[in-house]
Amino acid sequence: MSIPVLMPALSPTMTEGKLAKWHVKVGDAVKSGQVICEIETDKATMEVEAVDEGTVARILIEEGVEGVKVNTPILILAAEGESVADAAKAAPAAAAAAPTAEAPKTEAPAAAKTAAPAAPAAPVAVAPAAEPEWNGKTVHMTVREALRDAMAEEMRRDDKIFLMGEEVAQYQGAYKVSQGLLEEFGAKRVIDTPITEHGFAGLGVGAAFGGLKPIVEFMTFNFAMQAMDQIINSAAKTHYMSGGQMTSPIVFRGPNGAAARVGAQHSQCYASWYAHVPGLRVLAPWSAADAKGLLKAAIRDPNPVIFLENEILYGQSFDVPEDPDFVLPIGRAKIERPGKDVTITAFSIMVGKALAAADELAKQGIDAEVINLRSLRPFDTETVVKSVKKTNRLVSVEEGWAFAGIGAELAAQMMEQAFDWLDAPVKRVHGLDVPLPYAANLEKLALPQPENIVEAAREVCNR
Amino acid sequence: MAKPATKPKVESSPAKPTASTKPPGAGDNSVTADQLKSFYRDMLLIRRFEERAGQLYGMGLIGGFCHLYIGQEAVVVGMQSTVIDKDAIITSYRDHGHMLACGMDPKGVMAELTGRASGYSKGKGGSMHMFSREKSFYGGHGIVGAQVPIGTGLAFAHKYNGNKNVSLTYFGDGSANQGQVYEAMNMAALWKLPVVYIIENNRYGMGTSVERASATTELYRHGESFGIPGERVDGMDVVAVKAAGEKAVEHARNGEGPYILEMQTYRYRGHSMSDPAKYRTKEEVDKYRNERDPIDHVRKILLDGKMTDEAALKAVDANIRKIVNDAAEFAQHSPEPDPSELWTDVLVGA
Repeated sequence: MSIPVLMPALSPTMTEGKLAKWHVKVGDAVKSGQVICEIETDKATMEVEAVDEGTVARILIEEGVEGVKVNTPILILAAEGESVADAAKAAPAAAAAAPTAEAPKTEAPAAAKTAAPAAPAAPVAVAPAAEPEWNGKTVHMTVREALRDAMAEEMRRDDKIFLMGEEVAQYQGAYKVSQGLLEEFGAKRVIDTPITEHGFAGLGVGAAFGGLKPIVEFMTFNFAMQAMDQIINSAAKTHYMSGGQMTSPIVFRGPNGAAARVGAQHSQCYASWYAHVPGLRVLAPWSAADAKGLLKAAIRDPNPVIFLENEILYGQSFDVPEDPDFVLPIGRAKIERPGKDVTITAFSIMVGKALAAADELAKQGIDAEVINLRSLRPFDTETVVKSVKKTNRLVSVEEGWAFAGIGAELAAQMMEQAFDWLDAPVKRVHGLDVPLPYAANLEKLALPQPENIVEAAREVCNR
Repeated sequence: MAKPATKPKVESSPAKPTASTKPPGAGDNSVTADQLKSFYRDMLLIRRFEERAGQLYGMGLIGGFCHLYIGQEAVVVGMQSTVIDKDAIITSYRDHGHMLACGMDPKGVMAELTGRASGYSKGKGGSMHMFSREKSFYGGHGIVGAQVPIGTGLAFAHKYNGNKNVSLTYFGDGSANQGQVYEAMNMAALWKLPVVYIIENNRYGMGTSVERASATTELYRHGESFGIPGERVDGMDVVAVKAAGEKAVEHARNGEGPYILEMQTYRYRGHSMSDPAKYRTKEEVDKYRNERDPIDHVRKILLDGKMTDEAALKAVDANIRKIVNDAAEFAQHSPEPDPSELWTDVLVGA
């Protein structure tokens, strides 16, 4: 059977080219890998190697011809045992009938001719179970202790879980979050790393691919920028890129956002950066109960989870259910303070500021509902929409910058899902659009304060 | 925390890339006739598969980036002869050869290249992103160097689990100077992780030669500051690769920590399909092809040693050709993924 050789595409965008030079003539034997011709495009000249073997029966496109379309037969090879003359005669028919030559033409373009097919609608997210009522005994503890207890309890349940990061073991944690874990679990499971975020984040992802459940502590999320490629490209995308074969059950945790007067490089909120990425879960607890219940959920989750803590909150105390089965659902916001006049959403340290603002607003006769978002991906749109349908007004509070931030996303979602219920434009309270300054007065001016929230709430309430 | 680093045992066994070099392996009793035949077959499968992939790319059936392994076959085939079940394998985006050498089905690999539902990643990964849990192949990574910390983490998991497995972490000369590579090497040496770093030095990181990119070109010495032993190996000679690989893998498997093998190899084709490779001379490429080809090398040993004959090799060629043809047919006729697959596998259990 004669074998047609087709004009190849040498780049993703090439559609035609010039047949610059033939390296073979009729009667030559051709081996796999042998250069048979040179093709010139507007970008480059490239050699074309034979794949099939045989004897050159006929050259269909002469040297120097320009504008040869990709997949046009350019040469006919006589297969082993076939006469060159027969192959040459059969050539045009063989070329026309060559099924491989037609393959790309019949498949992709057929679909392309019709209107671009619409992507199927995104699946409706299954709402996570509502948070169970925890009516049992509670214990008063700091966020720091709650985080430590969450890790310790989960590590007792599952010996595949280990903690790694800078100063997590012998130093007991740069912010003392991992206090006592080295003593209880030993150096095999509580591991001090060198100060190499890119490397140990990637090592953690590899350990997760290998079946372990790493908790990777970043001393702060500012330093995780060095590890961004491993978090996004390796941890978040591989499940999808592998068609579901590979999983990455890993928690990246540490303090996020501004601390106190540590300057611009150590004071940034990364919530919207991570919340942007499909394949990640992003949690931002406020209270000690959030911290414990959500960190346990994060560790049990089979996906990569970004767990954004806050240094200033570490020392604050809250009531936490004593129940050893206390775990919070991922993807559920919490109404911290019901109200009817205006909805205020916040996450992490801003929840406390929003509650302070609500107290002040109450004195001024405005009854604010405060929602602690807790989970930024998946996002609990349902709870916010329900609240806005009641209050008809929304103020979004975040420490980070406004542009493309969580508040921007919320405003867009309200346009899409609650437009007819809004009596005022959504108002954003946020960190100012500058690198965070060091001077105490400037830093305070740059970060959202309760009075900014009060002012915004009054504005949307026309008061 | 760690014991003082052992003095690095840095060795060099370079083979000059000339035809006058005594064919290593000829008369070498560390390899049997059956092994040589199997190497011949495995390398030929990669060669023919890649040639066909190049052809399908030329026909527009494979899209995007497509990095062929032609010329480097001896590296992965020699190294894979040293592994045991569950040893982790991980590499860069020039990964088709590694998958075939791991025993992954050529049909599934080719169907992924054509973006079809029956591909290893259901058509959602493509040339650079394929995986097989069953064969312990952990990708296929598209970001230069990213697989090095991940491969080190796979070694960490083996050590943590207390098994005897190792991680073979392949990367190119192009990533050998990356920060994350050094970060990973440091932790591997510090914690004595069972990882073998295989640097496939094919002399060019895309279009930039090693001499123009690396302050020191002895890449096998890149672990010296961490006390990691390294060795330079003739990566065009599968027997030499096997011998060096056995030593390195045994070192890692015995709990002695990481090892670096610098494989001196050569890719015949451009960096990717759209690279005309004008940064090197035709003479240089021809010299490797004609004088140092890893497949011709084994073929010569087999024939000279009367371990096989032309007819038997021809039968192997025909068999490989059929496997590759079948894979290409399968890959062209498998259906594209169902549109509903757009939304699957973003998260586990969601």
